[in-house]
Amino acid sequence: MARILILFAHPALEKSRVHKALLQQMPHVRGVTFNDLYEQYPDLDIDIEREQQLLLRHDTIVFQHPFYWYSSPAIIKQWMDLVLEHGWAYGGEGRMLHGKRLLNVISTGGSAEAYSPQGRNRYPILELLRPFELTARLCGMDYLPPFVIHSTHRISNEELQREAHRYRAALNLLAGHDADTGSLPLQGYLNDLIID
Amino acid sequence: MDKNSFLFQAMIYLAAAVAMVPVAKKLGLGSVLGYLIAGVLIGPAVFGFIGEEGEDVMHFAEFGVVIMLFVVGLELEPALLWRLRKPIVGLGGLQVLASAVLLAAGAMALGLPWNAALALGMTLAMSSTAIVLQTFQEKGWMKTAAGESAFAVLLFQDIAVIPMLALFPLLAVGGGTSATDSAAHHPSPIGSLPGWAQTLAVLAAVAGIVLAGRYLIKPLLRIVARTRLRELFTATSLLLVVGIAELMELVGLSPALGTFLAGVVLANSEYRHELESDIDPFKGLLLGLFFMAVGASIDFALILAQPWLILGLVLAVMTIKGLVLLALGKLFRLSTDQNAIFGSSLNQVGEFAFVLVAFSVANGIFSTPIADMAMAVVAISMAITPLVMLFNEKILLRRIGTKEAPPAGTDVHADEDNPVIIAGFGHFGSTVGRLLRAHHIGCTILDIDSDQVDRLRRMGFKVFYGDAGRHDLLEIAGAARAKVIVIAVGDAERRLEMIQTVKKHFPDLRIMVRASNRYDAYDLMNEGMLHIYRDTLDTSIRMGVDVMRMLGHRSYSANRAARTFRRYDEQKLKELAAIADEKEYVLTARKYIEEIETILRADLAERDLTQDEGWDEAGLIKEANMARQS
Repeated sequence: MARILILFAHPALEKSRVHKALLQQMPHVRGVTFNDLYEQYPDLDIDIEREQQLLLRHDTIVFQHPFYWYSSPAIIKQWMDLVLEHGWAYGGEGRMLHGKRLLNVISTGGSAEAYSPQGRNRYPILELLRPFELTARLCGMDYLPPFVIHSTHRISNEELQREAHRYRAALNLLAGHDADTGSLPLQGYLNDLIID
Repeated sequence: MDKNSFLFQAMIYLAAAVAMVPVAKKLGLGSVLGYLIAGVLIGPAVFGFIGEEGEDVMHFAEFGVVIMLFVVGLELEPALLWRLRKPIVGLGGLQVLASAVLLAAGAMALGLPWNAALALGMTLAMSSTAIVLQTFQEKGWMKTAAGESAFAVLLFQDIAVIPMLALFPLLAVGGGTSATDSAAHHPSPIGSLPGWAQTLAVLAAVAGIVLAGRYLIKPLLRIVARTRLRELFTATSLLLVVGIAELMELVGLSPALGTFLAGVVLANSEYRHELESDIDPFKGLLLGLFFMAVGASIDFALILAQPWLILGLVLAVMTIKGLVLLALGKLFRLSTDQNAIFGSSLNQVGEFAFVLVAFSVANGIFSTPIADMAMAVVAISMAITPLVMLFNEKILLRRIGTKEAPPAGTDVHADEDNPVIIAGFGHFGSTVGRLLRAHHIGCTILDIDSDQVDRLRRMGFKVFYGDAGRHDLLEIAGAARAKVIVIAVGDAERRLEMIQTVKKHFPDLRIMVRASNRYDAYDLMNEGMLHIYRDTLDTSIRMGVDVMRMLGHRSYSANRAARTFRRYDEQKLKELAAIADEKEYVLTARKYIEEIETILRADLAERDLTQDEGWDEAGLIKEANMARQS
């Protein structure tokens, strides 16, 4: 049951060119459950029971969102605070998510160079995503290299389409039964592991 | 049975219509052809139920055209009319001019003297407002490019009749008889006045209609509306149309033009929808009568005497008019398919021809045999118009295959095509409306309180007077094209009526409805409503939250508690609605107390209401303690 759960968070999807392009790929991937958090919980009032049931039915959990202030939009954090309960997701008794995979799919206005020691953001994306990596580890999940789209304000439509197709390919790969992700090294982006 | 009694005549006409129109509609021929066939059947040609009085009937039924133009005017706001000024003058003017000249040339070629030919040319240049507009409205083409162009041409023709009537006496051969004859056949009491006085009277009448529409009729309608007697409103609408028609006759203008003007003046008023739906049945019946009279008046004896000549003439006239229309449509950049509709719809000769031919005979412009033949040509051309349009639609347009944009709904610019209809614009509905308006979501608003309507209109809202429980009014308000109807009226009974109307006639329209209380919500649920908004729920919960905050609870916790409670309450409502006995929940105090008790008990049993599992650290602390102990 290599099913994928996409926890999508964009407070103003109607303004996002990048995420619309990514979402257009959804119908082409089998076994994806799309959970639009801001649409489902406009008042950030997350239904813990529903979310936990969803998690149990999937193997790959994807956080897809813009990279706001070096982190996620508020609802992702709210979701983590509420759903990843002690005794359920982590802690001595909490083993419900063991063996599942966690993937960050993010978009950012900054270029890849900006996220380097010489760039204005100083730290690489992978460093900034450490909280997610550690969350995955605490819950006994495999943390995958992130899928990142840089320079969202400048990216051409052709380039964006290419990334969208890579995203689709990546999801198809993860949906496959034989996808061996345990051997993936945590360096670089998932984008670069997809051959066009 | 007296064959000439009014009731017998009425029965014949009604029976013929009831028998033929549904058949014609079923065959896809449209109602106009159905009425025409019914007319032929009851006329002298077949059953002979009606004879000479047919012409009187036609004269009476022409009033249907007058009402129709009033309704057309209601749909045309002045701004839209102004936008159409180019097609009216350009397209309409050129159509009348070119058709008249070509047809006159044709008549001269057949050996008529120039004056008779010219009169005949002008007569035959006219098209039938009744047939064309009725058909276009039936097909929902009024707001397509073809519909607008056709309307512009017809409107210009209506105006052009006036100078034509003035011109005909000058075409009379002798010229001597013209003055007296024209006075006799132009039953205008002011006809005897000098020219400048006549002009002045005409201008005064037009100005009178515009001013009265603004300052007299609107307040009158408001007073009538306040009585809440629907039949009185209908009577007022009829009085309005008849009165204006009489005034126009008085000054020698076309009554149709006068009522059209009145319609335009009232197009901006809040009573527009109500007027339209009240007067619509009269329009339809009278037009039907008119078409039947046309059918009955076809002189089959004359046609059978010279069938090929008459048919040849019909063909020639319709071809010439059709070609002129197609050329003009091309000139005014109509697309191919729209031009085909435009050209095939307007190429008959219209009802004005009956008037103009009679007028010509009276003025001695041409002889009775020619007039009879002209009448036969006119009637046949009208009778076959629906067939021509049908041929165009079913065969030609399919060949062309470029029928752009499905006509109904897409190619429209009327602001009534709003996605949302709000029924009831009191405190509840207006709040919904304000929110939507602030986000530029168009709302068509219907309200029955005329004072409220008036006040809101002055504040710039688009509010109309009428009861949303009437399907005809909903139709006019664009319910067929709207996506959502917000039923926000305060009266529970009327809400249920509206829901039933909407469900029956507009099954695709999503209904969002306000409920006064729990019992009301049960009723609405039984009606199958999914989106129910109880007046008291959100406010009282919000108040409860504020009480909790004043007692020292944290805002966020109180808010979360309230949202949990709200979800729970909606759930409980559904459960109770399912078990509520339909006959039993009468609004008695005892019943109410019982139910509150049930709900309160259930609340206490519901542990989740007070226990928020979010951010709960009990488990963590326990685990930490256990780790320390071991």
